[in-house]
Amino acid sequence: MAEKYIARSTAIAARMLGGEMMVMSAADSTFFTLNEVATVIWQAADGRTPLSEIVAGKICHEFEVEAERAQHGAERFVDELSQHGILLVSDRPFDSPPFAETP
Amino acid sequence: MSVMTASVAADSVFIEIGEISLALHVQDSSFRRMVEDRYSGFVGSSRDSQCEFEIDLYDSSEPVLTDDDQLEVKLEAGEWLLKRGDFRGRWNPRTKRGHIRQSRNPYAIDSVLRIVHSLILAKQGGFLVHAASAIRRDKAFIFSGVSGAGKTTISRLAPPDVTLLTDEISYVRREGNRYFACGTPFAGELARVGANQSAPLGALFFLEKGLRNSIEPIGPTEAIQRLMRNILFFAHDPELVKLVFQSACEFASVVPMHRLIFVPDQRVWDIIR
Repeated sequence: MAEKYIARSTAIAARMLGGEMMVMSAADSTFFTLNEVATVIWQAADGRTPLSEIVAGKICHEFEVEAERAQHGAERFVDELSQHGILLVSDRPFDSPPFAETP
Repeated sequence: MSVMTASVAADSVFIEIGEISLALHVQDSSFRRMVEDRYSGFVGSSRDSQCEFEIDLYDSSEPVLTDDDQLEVKLEAGEWLLKRGDFRGRWNPRTKRGHIRQSRNPYAIDSVLRIVHSLILAKQGGFLVHAASAIRRDKAFIFSGVSGAGKTTISRLAPPDVTLLTDEISYVRREGNRYFACGTPFAGELARVGANQSAPLGALFFLEKGLRNSIEPIGPTEAIQRLMRNILFFAHDPELVKLVFQSACEFASVVPMHRLIFVPDQRVWDIIR
């Protein structure tokens, strides 16, 4: 399976509040509240670290989730956010990722 | 500081909402009188106007601009362009000058005022929100909700010691770390212009009709999400969306927000304090 690289779009507004990450698309105003796992993926989306490495290194390790299940959940999360332009996805590392700062 | 000159002041109406005065320069005296009547209580003086608009009216014999009711507001080369079936306009936030070409109907100028105020407020950390608001014992309260949530009902039930600011669109202004609700002339079903007063905000309530009167807690992220749904922002400009979102987050960190479950009788006001 091809590797995925993910980067946070700059066309979003985000804020951490009460332990939850709120992300809003500036393009279509859709609003997401990310749970703990999704927040970790969001914060790790630097455009250079492969998604599989984020899942193995952070999700499985920190949340004690079985690898295949974690990868499947991460893929679904990435697909959903990328449809709203909140996460950018590529099959190769981004040259100069258009990071949104993590609040 | 006023941007008006004395020569045009005679042909102008000055509408002051939330301590922001807009000068509307229009030569047609009957339209001017209509505006003064419609915004009665919010007519200010030329000394304080912060923005100036030239208004051209198209004659009723002319075809309408378009039949399209869709509002379009976009930023182009530093100017906001405003467009709907019954008006076209532009406003330069740097020079604080603009031009509107519109029909004689009052809804066009009503929309222009709302749009311009929402853009000005966004830069200052404030916003317009679908909500009724009122002052009681020197504190302002906002009652937010979509159409049918009870904005008009709660306004109609207000006891005599309550000053109604609006039953439809509330005006939130930020001053330092404090938020104020200000009266607006934008009326809903009550068809009553609000009082031109302001007060520091005590709380914002999300209205829900129910079988009892109670104030219930709401989590911060849900509160912000609900607030964002009710804030008026006419332009889906990415920078504007970011500004409004940040404003909503900062508002939530200062102003208490709750759910207000209520039955439609006056006793609900017993718990608003």
